[in-house]
Amino acid sequence: MKELFAILIGAMLVENFVLTKFLGICPFLGVSKKTSTALGMSGAVVFVLVLSQAVTWLANEYLLVPNKLEYLQTITFILVIAALVQFVETVLKKLMPSLYKSLGVYLPLITTNCAVLGSALIFVERDYTFVESVVFGFAAGLGFTLALILFSGVRERLETADIPEAFKGMPITLIAASLVSITFIGFAGLIIS
Amino acid sequence: MSIIIPVAVVSGLGLVFGLGLSYASKVFEVKVDERIGAVREMLPGANCGACGYSGCDGLAEAIVNEGVHASRCPVGGISVVNAISDYMGVDEGSIDVNVARVLCQGNCDNVKMKYNYLGIEDCHAANVLAGGMDACNYGCLGLGSCKKVCQFDAIVVENGLASIIAEKCTGCGNCVAECPKSIIKLIPVLSGFTVKCNNHDKGGVARKNCKVGCIGCQRCVKVCPSDAITMVENLAVIDPQKCTNCGQCAEVCPQKCITNTIVKRF
Repeated sequence: MKELFAILIGAMLVENFVLTKFLGICPFLGVSKKTSTALGMSGAVVFVLVLSQAVTWLANEYLLVPNKLEYLQTITFILVIAALVQFVETVLKKLMPSLYKSLGVYLPLITTNCAVLGSALIFVERDYTFVESVVFGFAAGLGFTLALILFSGVRERLETADIPEAFKGMPITLIAASLVSITFIGFAGLIIS
Repeated sequence: MSIIIPVAVVSGLGLVFGLGLSYASKVFEVKVDERIGAVREMLPGANCGACGYSGCDGLAEAIVNEGVHASRCPVGGISVVNAISDYMGVDEGSIDVNVARVLCQGNCDNVKMKYNYLGIEDCHAANVLAGGMDACNYGCLGLGSCKKVCQFDAIVVENGLASIIAEKCTGCGNCVAECPKSIIKLIPVLSGFTVKCNNHDKGGVARKNCKVGCIGCQRCVKVCPSDAITMVENLAVIDPQKCTNCGQCAEVCPQKCITNTIVKRF
């Protein structure tokens, strides 16, 4: 239980995917303009991360490792994630139309979110068990959510701020992102044992 | 031999997923209004969100289910609007997109002056001095009050007459509210012919004051095949709902105050 908690806090804060590992920057910058869209995207990411962690762990453990095919991890994981996202989309459309609608276009976008592939490759590197890797995925998703919501708050403030002409738009967004990222490096001293 | 296993594993996975997905799409098939798909195909597919929906899918759904007009899509151009309107059986003429038009052609060459105005550059200020310097009390003063409120740089003032660049006009109506002479009107985009005059004086007075004013001769009313033109206090007014853009009124107008301004907005 203690290890799981350590993984949860670790993946969420200490090694936050977006702000300290710099994975999933594209959606981080792309959909953080408004808090409502940020929430939609984060919801989809948590959902897919947990599922993909479970499936990729099984694929790795029972397909790749016995056949000594670890070098195929990247391509296999991408295949698994893409198929999974597509499958989830089909199922949601039928069974939970309201959830499907609220996730909207973000669901298929996640296929190319490198945070999903990144967390799959990380659990292999760290030899996580099945439960551990699922918790890791969940925590990574929560960390992504946290970063996105915090940053969307910053960006909503930037909208009305008096910004020098040269910095308007993307430049000030990137500067703000780096500042938010620096604050998260403060968590690096947090050791849970 | 060693190459066969990895190839088999990856292609096997691909095959399994492919079959699984195609099976799932059959099992979990959702009946979608086929018109949504067809409209979606006609839209540009840029997914830019300029229409205000989440993407082309969102707009296609709104067009089919909520009767939103295809002109919501600013990207596709008139051909897309026409194609979708045809498909949905909506008359593209009933388009509810308006542009503002200045209903006056009284520039410094056409209209006589009552006095020489040297006050501040503002139509409201000039208007309180005996209704402005123009001899015609209904016309454009050309001091650019409308230009100041336009947020889209769609208004230019040249030679004492404001005119609107229709391609830039969004139909927001700021200028309509601002004009002290109320000569700016919102008119549907596809209605090409407008009487560019707002003068309610009798013919003789109007002609004396302005070279291009409506003199109320009613020739356009008589020639119009679709009864779209009516006289309102010595001024011809075209009803955009009835106008078919045939252009006969513009041909017969002796004052040339009916003009064709078909807008290439898209």
